[in-house]
Amino acid sequence: MEPLIKTEGLYRYFAGFCAVRDVSFELQRGEVLGFLGPNGAGKSTTMRILSGALAPSGGQVRLDGIDLLERPIEAKASLGYLPENPPLYRDLTVDEYLRFCARLRRVPRSRRAKALQQAKRRCGLEGSGRRLIGNLSKGYQQRVGIAQAIIHEPKLVILDEPTNGLDPNQIREIRGLIRELTETQGIILSTHILPEVQAVCDRVLILHAGRLVFSERLENLRQHHRSDLLIQTGNPLEPAALGELPGVRRASPLGDNRFRLQLDDDADPGVIAEYAVEKGWRLHELCPEQQGLEQIFTRLTTTESIQ
Amino acid sequence: MIASIAGNELRRLFLSPLAWSLLAVMQLLLGWLFLVQIETFLELQPRLAALENPPGITELVAMPLFDSAAVILMLLVPLLSMGLFSREFLNGTFSLLLTSPVSMTSLVVGKYLALLATLAIMLLLVALMPLSLLLGGSLDLGTLSAGLLGLALTLAAYGAVGLFLSSLSRQPAIAAIGSYGVLLLLWIINLAGSGRGSALFGQLAISSHFHRLLSGLVVSSDLFYFALLIVTCLILTIRRLDTLRSDG
Repeated sequence: MEPLIKTEGLYRYFAGFCAVRDVSFELQRGEVLGFLGPNGAGKSTTMRILSGALAPSGGQVRLDGIDLLERPIEAKASLGYLPENPPLYRDLTVDEYLRFCARLRRVPRSRRAKALQQAKRRCGLEGSGRRLIGNLSKGYQQRVGIAQAIIHEPKLVILDEPTNGLDPNQIREIRGLIRELTETQGIILSTHILPEVQAVCDRVLILHAGRLVFSERLENLRQHHRSDLLIQTGNPLEPAALGELPGVRRASPLGDNRFRLQLDDDADPGVIAEYAVEKGWRLHELCPEQQGLEQIFTRLTTTESIQ
Repeated sequence: MIASIAGNELRRLFLSPLAWSLLAVMQLLLGWLFLVQIETFLELQPRLAALENPPGITELVAMPLFDSAAVILMLLVPLLSMGLFSREFLNGTFSLLLTSPVSMTSLVVGKYLALLATLAIMLLLVALMPLSLLLGGSLDLGTLSAGLLGLALTLAAYGAVGLFLSSLSRQPAIAAIGSYGVLLLLWIINLAGSGRGSALFGQLAISSHFHRLLSGLVVSSDLFYFALLIVTCLILTIRRLDTLRSDG
């Protein structure tokens, strides 16, 4: 089956400065793709290219098998886009605005009322239809922005930093909404908040200085790092004693009675816990190391920036 | 699609107080001028009766009114057109239009039609004043309609220039100032000398074509001039937006 989005060798120059360099990737249906990168890495530029708002200097984008550059109008019909700043007409009411968006996205007249109701329901805007967009809070404006992107039930939704500037409750709600959307749509999400990617994405792309430096499914990432375990005990220990534990390859001290254990692939952390209790080490903490993505991100986006 | 874009534009034009206040100011100024023209006509009337082939009320009231309307609206139309694109750039709403399945042509034509609809309301308000004279007198309807056609085409040309200038800048004020510059230049460009080149300047000026229509003469070359000016501006706008997409 044709991937939902397929890009090949995207380049984009701004007055001689290369903002995006040779970016190629694919997105399958029902997948959530997380775009990560420090500020200025080319995330927004890439997303603007994918949404058709900006023409690439070179390369190809195919949306659902249709070339975005050759047949832009057809390709854009299967696309919903929320830019960094939601494109809202502040002097319209929510209903007026969403109705205009539905017409703009060629929702047939007979389905417009239903599409409006559904988009408002999904984004929690049922009670706000007659309010002026300019008078809504930032969180609600962001919801209207998302409603605008999904009103025509596009196959692909592109969200550029959708939780930017929201409070923690709103962020949780927006993430819930994104998870709900994944049941029916493919989603590309850009952010620089790492836990957000871990919370909602299936696949991660890391951009740095315009280049795609990392592309991996999140579940593979978890597997890679399942083998690291943090342990803290009440009684002082020698690393050698930890080395005796079943399945432990190496133990490195972190100070304050904490150690990082590198395990064999088939090791069972449960056995280690039992062993520690038996020995009377007074186990305080035993947890898998959670910082896989963060480590990768830091390594890829700081060391290479000097080049 | 064009209708949706035009409808949305028109709605937003009239949701803001801008269009309403422009209409009010226009009506106040032109109403005053209309009354002044009538008074002058009434003073002149006894002397006109002595003439063999006296100019009528159409020539002495309606046409000067249309002439002043063209100048006053040159100052008002850019204020109406300045936001058409520049405000979309400024608010970031342009990306909504850009990522929708809409061609640049329907976008530009839709916006222009919304502007034309507003200008048509202005034209109607202007036309109603001389037409009200039908209650107590008679008008030369042929000359009057030629004059109205001239005013309509002039307004449409102002709008097209304003639309193009609006696509050039993110700042509405700069779009308005630019439109003033271009329109005033096109209005006075025929003042240049009387040498060999001045015939060309006469052809370029909006005012020379407009004044011929005001005198009751409908010449196809004048109609062609306005059509050419409008279509050129629209095509330039479409080209400009396409470049914007490729240049960022």
